[in-house]
Amino acid sequence: MREKLLLSGNEAVARGAYEAGVHFAAAYPGTPSTEILEAIAKNYADKIKCQWATNEKVAVEVGIGACYGGARTLTAMKHVGVNVAADPLFTLSETGVNGGFILVSADDPGLHSSQNEQDNRRYAKFAKMILLEPSNSQEAKDFVKIGINLSEKFDLPVMLRITTRISHSKSVVEISEREEVPVKEYIPDIKKRVVIPSHARVLHRKLEERLLEVKKYANEIEINKIIDGNYTKDGKKIGIISSGISFNYAREVFPDARMLKLGMPYPFPVELAREFVDSVDEIWIIEENEPFIEEELRIAELGDKITVGKDKIPLCGELNQAIIREAILGETPRTPEVDVSQLPARPPVLCPGCPHRGIFYVAKKLKLHGTTDIGCYTLGVIPPLEQGETCNCMGASIGVAYGIGIAQGKEVGKKFLAYIGDSTFLHSGMTGLVNIAYNKGNTVVCILDNSTTAMTGHQPHPGTGITITGEKTFKADYAEIAKALGIKKVFKTDAYNLQEIEKALKEATETDEPAVIINQGRCILLDWKKLDIVPFRVDPEKCTACGICLRVGCPAISKDPKTGKAVIDELLCAGNYCTVCAQVCPFDAISQADDDN
Amino acid sequence: MNTTSVFITGVGGQGTILASELLSEVAMLAGFDVKKSEVHGMAQRGGSVVSAVRFGDEVHSPLLTPGEADVLLAFEPLEALRTLHYAKPEGKIIVNSRPIMPATVASGAAEYPENIFDKIRKAVPDVLVIDGLKLAKEAGTSRAVNVVLLGALSNFLPFSDEIWKKAMENRVPQKFLEANIKAFNLGKEQTKDV
Repeated sequence: MREKLLLSGNEAVARGAYEAGVHFAAAYPGTPSTEILEAIAKNYADKIKCQWATNEKVAVEVGIGACYGGARTLTAMKHVGVNVAADPLFTLSETGVNGGFILVSADDPGLHSSQNEQDNRRYAKFAKMILLEPSNSQEAKDFVKIGINLSEKFDLPVMLRITTRISHSKSVVEISEREEVPVKEYIPDIKKRVVIPSHARVLHRKLEERLLEVKKYANEIEINKIIDGNYTKDGKKIGIISSGISFNYAREVFPDARMLKLGMPYPFPVELAREFVDSVDEIWIIEENEPFIEEELRIAELGDKITVGKDKIPLCGELNQAIIREAILGETPRTPEVDVSQLPARPPVLCPGCPHRGIFYVAKKLKLHGTTDIGCYTLGVIPPLEQGETCNCMGASIGVAYGIGIAQGKEVGKKFLAYIGDSTFLHSGMTGLVNIAYNKGNTVVCILDNSTTAMTGHQPHPGTGITITGEKTFKADYAEIAKALGIKKVFKTDAYNLQEIEKALKEATETDEPAVIINQGRCILLDWKKLDIVPFRVDPEKCTACGICLRVGCPAISKDPKTGKAVIDELLCAGNYCTVCAQVCPFDAISQADDDN
Repeated sequence: MNTTSVFITGVGGQGTILASELLSEVAMLAGFDVKKSEVHGMAQRGGSVVSAVRFGDEVHSPLLTPGEADVLLAFEPLEALRTLHYAKPEGKIIVNSRPIMPATVASGAAEYPENIFDKIRKAVPDVLVIDGLKLAKEAGTSRAVNVVLLGALSNFLPFSDEIWKKAMENRVPQKFLEANIKAFNLGKEQTKDV
């Protein structure tokens, strides 16, 4: 018997890369994709060279180089990361590959940890890539191998499109050995890889020819398959078409239905779909988010029998078996009778001891506001801190803050801070910053340097001086970068020293030139288990119930419902490593709980 | 065997994910098909965290939808109430007694609901309330609340103690293993409300 493991979709993709003989993998962290590269680094770094790239575009570019250089290559990112990487991807389809190239796009239907729920199956079609959609961890692993082979067979990049429920669900996987293949020879081919217009015109025609070949092969490939069944409704034989995670939800509700399961939905297998459509009375298309399969079926003029499509299955939000049951069968579940509408919410919050809390508190006190960016510090928008009035995409805080200043005038712009994390700044903040210096803006950019990529689970980046495999390396210096990008006013502040932060914020917002504040404090969770924390305590004799400490928005501090005085949860408090609440208390009522009282 | 569904709910940092890991491992070691799902990322920062484990001969969907859970294992009373509709009306509720105040309550903007256990019982009668922290401390580590709750859960699932022990050996660091096994056994002994 082969060995069976319980793997998440992400771990299975990593295993698939190993078994497929992948030589190189690169990624930028982003939920729900992050654990793919982490699993490669942890388990297979002896066989697969791997690295966190500065951003997704760089990951793909280095990946393209590796693939041109003959290496089997995998790059991984969250759905919006593909937006960043789109430019080189479109060209890669034109030039084709040498070693096989897989891009893993981990989409986030339901926006569990994202700013949108874009459906990247559309990207595969737009960028003219082969699209594979696994339905569970076993397929996630197997499809990497299939994808690498397809990529080399048809000279095209392959998108392995997974979603949160594939990435973060665990299911049983049978594993195999690695297929050891040598890195191919690198032979320069200027007409194929230099996309000047005269070359690219030819490459475009050749690309369309290759896609036609894949389109034919799509009818034969074993992962596009008809599953026999005889479910009928109102006397009509039903045929369900689905792919990816949606296949499981459909199967859960209609285990006996005849189904067309598309492991490779693009290029679309028209002849197989025709055979399927001809064999049933009605076609139901069950897919999450965009009507991708539905459109392909209609374009192929096979849509006449569709009786369930996006008119019934919602376009917005995450799909599940209950939604399908209700949409198609009109059945609602039997549930306990309980009203949960009035319960106090428990939204994600900045952790106790978070180094971002202090600067947000001081900025609010000084009546400053601004834009924020993608990371833990986005949580600063939640009351009571309320710092951040816009959040768009990685790096956007800098350009948007500057743009609001252009529209509203320099006085307003000067009080409009741009908050950006360390990893995010290196990802795509530097171009925005030099743009401000170049165009004579005056924006104050606050780099919230917590020495890690925190939100996605503490990945190192070029500002940490450590690689994905824990080796020491070059450590980017934000002050030097800011100066080199044309910023003369550069401040460094201790994230837990409110006086220092206040002084820097005042000075930065009072000059008429752009400024950068580097607010440094390690993410408290990085060392949590090693820290010798002495929690803080409120002295009820000194506490006047003024409520000022509640304004720092720490989950460890609450108001005693009887006395109105503050109380600190000692199990949550970061105490001596934070001290922010003690600094804001005007009555010295908060201090270390180090005595026995 | 038909699919059995366990819904695990709690607050970020309480160890719900390790609990669902252990349960899934146990189900796989017992020879079942198993699927587990949860959400990472932003949701984990002190927010409500849920995880679903389903096992049986063949499991299709990794997700649990309202009215489907045979057992709801709640690490915190408010979260039990919040996710109660995921349970079958005739399902089993196991809930840890210690409340954790949400930020909205801590700041005084909202109130923590009163008589939570009565409200839960009114909707789903079969409820077991456990003081997980007390038992975990008794076992030697306040971090083992999740394993105490798994011990209580084990009374309602078709897995032997040997399999549970094997899964813990696979997943729990050696130096905490003894305390965790003790925590599991203490949880298993809890068949009446605290």
